[in-house]
Amino acid sequence: MLQLLWLIPAIPFASTLVLALFGRRMSERMVAIAGVGSVGLSALISLAIVPAFLASGTSYTQILWTWMNVAGFRPEIAFYLDPVSLLMVVVVTFVSFLIHLYSAEFMEDDEGYARFFAYMNLFVASMVVLVLADNLLLLYLGWEGVGLCSYLLIGFWYKDPVNGLAARKAFIVTRAGDTAMIVGLFILFHSLGTLQIQDLMHLASARWPVGSPYATAAAALLLGGAVGKSAQLPLQTWLPDAMAGPTPTSALIHAATMVTAGVYLIARTHILFSLAPDVQFAVAVVGAATIVVAGCSALTQSDIKRILAYSTMSQIGYMFLALGVGSWAAAMFHFMTHAFFKGLLFLASGVVIEALHHEHNIFRMGGLRKELPIVFWTFLIGGCSLAGLPLVTAGYFSKDFILWGAWTSPQSNPAFWIVGIIGVLLTGLYTFRLIFVVFFGSSHTPVTHRPHYRIIVPVILLAALSIVGGWFKDSLVAFLNSALPPLSEVHVNGLTATLSSIVAGLAFLLGLGLAYLFFLGKPEYTESLMRGGLMRALHAFWFADWGFDWLYDRTLVRPFVWIATLNRRDVVDSAFTAIARCNQTAYYALSRTESGRLRWYAAAVGAGAVVFIGVILFT
Amino acid sequence: MAAILFGLGLAALLVRRNAIFTLMSIEVMLNAAGLAFVAAGARWGHADGQVMFLFILAMAAAEVSVGLALLLRLHHLFKSLDIDAASTMRG
Repeated sequence: MLQLLWLIPAIPFASTLVLALFGRRMSERMVAIAGVGSVGLSALISLAIVPAFLASGTSYTQILWTWMNVAGFRPEIAFYLDPVSLLMVVVVTFVSFLIHLYSAEFMEDDEGYARFFAYMNLFVASMVVLVLADNLLLLYLGWEGVGLCSYLLIGFWYKDPVNGLAARKAFIVTRAGDTAMIVGLFILFHSLGTLQIQDLMHLASARWPVGSPYATAAAALLLGGAVGKSAQLPLQTWLPDAMAGPTPTSALIHAATMVTAGVYLIARTHILFSLAPDVQFAVAVVGAATIVVAGCSALTQSDIKRILAYSTMSQIGYMFLALGVGSWAAAMFHFMTHAFFKGLLFLASGVVIEALHHEHNIFRMGGLRKELPIVFWTFLIGGCSLAGLPLVTAGYFSKDFILWGAWTSPQSNPAFWIVGIIGVLLTGLYTFRLIFVVFFGSSHTPVTHRPHYRIIVPVILLAALSIVGGWFKDSLVAFLNSALPPLSEVHVNGLTATLSSIVAGLAFLLGLGLAYLFFLGKPEYTESLMRGGLMRALHAFWFADWGFDWLYDRTLVRPFVWIATLNRRDVVDSAFTAIARCNQTAYYALSRTESGRLRWYAAAVGAGAVVFIGVILFT
Repeated sequence: MAAILFGLGLAALLVRRNAIFTLMSIEVMLNAAGLAFVAAGARWGHADGQVMFLFILAMAAAEVSVGLALLLRLHHLFKSLDIDAASTMRG
């Protein structure tokens, strides 16, 4: 059964080729069967592999062929399966399948139907390659592949230049991180001589002492890549704009799977990060900062998808926090629950947007509770899971686990725990602000379009998973800990697990209560609050993502454009232009002599002959 | 003698614009060359000079026939015998 591993990326890739080559000539029905069916098959295979893997042992490597063999550098196309990658593969393929099923209906009658599924399948194939890669170079291939698909899908409706701009922004900003990452790979290969992940980890722990400069540099550069891909501070600015893509894309790439690639990378190379405690601390700081920054920004947005984008950043911040304090399994567990509930939230918001004729502004929605009951209930479940409704939802269990790690682990710091609790409060606040504004109150826009079964089924399944996912916490964590070092609990004094959970639950309730007060019960409180100058300035500041876009525009984009304008006539090229100019001038001079007057020609011949004879005679 | 003849032909070629005179001056120059060959052959006692003159004679006849034919076409086209009129053919 395990030999079928290679089929998981191969089937979607084959489907991409078919759709790219023959998509135009296929009917929509055929395209949907190819696009959704291929990912469905992959999901089935990955589910079928689970029991075989559990029976066989702790890891499995499948070597397909040698990629290249250059001067001792010998990466292989090989797939590595262990509990971490197994969890990733199952979640990625399964959530992808549900989202593909959803898009089969959502994208109906779009002129780029086949193109959309070709890109989506390519994305799934790349993501699975990234997750299963046995060496860092293959991982990088998948990494760039998902980046490419992200670019293509953000700019999917390319006729609007704004979408193209958002796509380029996403590509260029993540490129900054990718460059750091490839430099990190160079360092690793240069000093350890291999990129095979398992060998690399063994060699690193054998050769490098804790805190050695090489380990620190390599880990910091890998962190740069992870920060770019996972939209963490300070490279987070691309994610909100990435919402220009179709909603299923936002659900799949910019919420459930691709943006968590950074988390996976760090978990995969956790030994390296353990060798560089400074960098690991930086991971936690980045995560904690992102939780608060993105949470505050989410609080002020009015575009439903941008709110969800900021909440994605903030949730990935939690995963980074967990990685930073060495609570590896908690990060992976939160990745899984987040994939369920955030995928669900995006899909449900897609239905809302579609139903209201492409309305994104939440303040022009309202009263949808009765119009779209299924969407309301599933959205409520997703929102509760996101905010962490105690004891019921999956999101509560995973977030609670992270908070517990942030308090107890040796690398942690009570400040991280406090930031996490503030994050829970903010999450509750912005999530229920969203729900109250969209689904309660009075209706502003009539519902024009209602979803059918291909949209309803994935949404309900994901809603079920958003609750059920948390019940398997203990067995899943035990399973993950066979590949990742378990959380070591040292600072148990002062706070017990129960108390931490209770505080988290209270923070959730406080967020819910505040949201109820401000956005449903007494909206006049919000108005009076907004009347103050300080609050309005703060609102504008958070709305603009803490001024990061402005900062980058001023410090990077504008000087670049200025230099480009300055060098419009291209200094280097002028030398080559000069050669061409000389030839052109000579040509014009010579063509003047070709007057067509016969007597001038004869005179020139005669004069030439005289000069020639003269030269012969007098020398 | 041959040099004088050649110089006369060349000068005529450069000065006259009438195409018939151009052909005639070419003829003069060819004959000058032929005279030079014959004279040189007599001077050094070779028969080659006279052979070359025969070649030149045959070539001149051919050249004149082609030249006159071209001349007729030119006259037909430009309604004049001015060879500078044909300068519109320049590349």
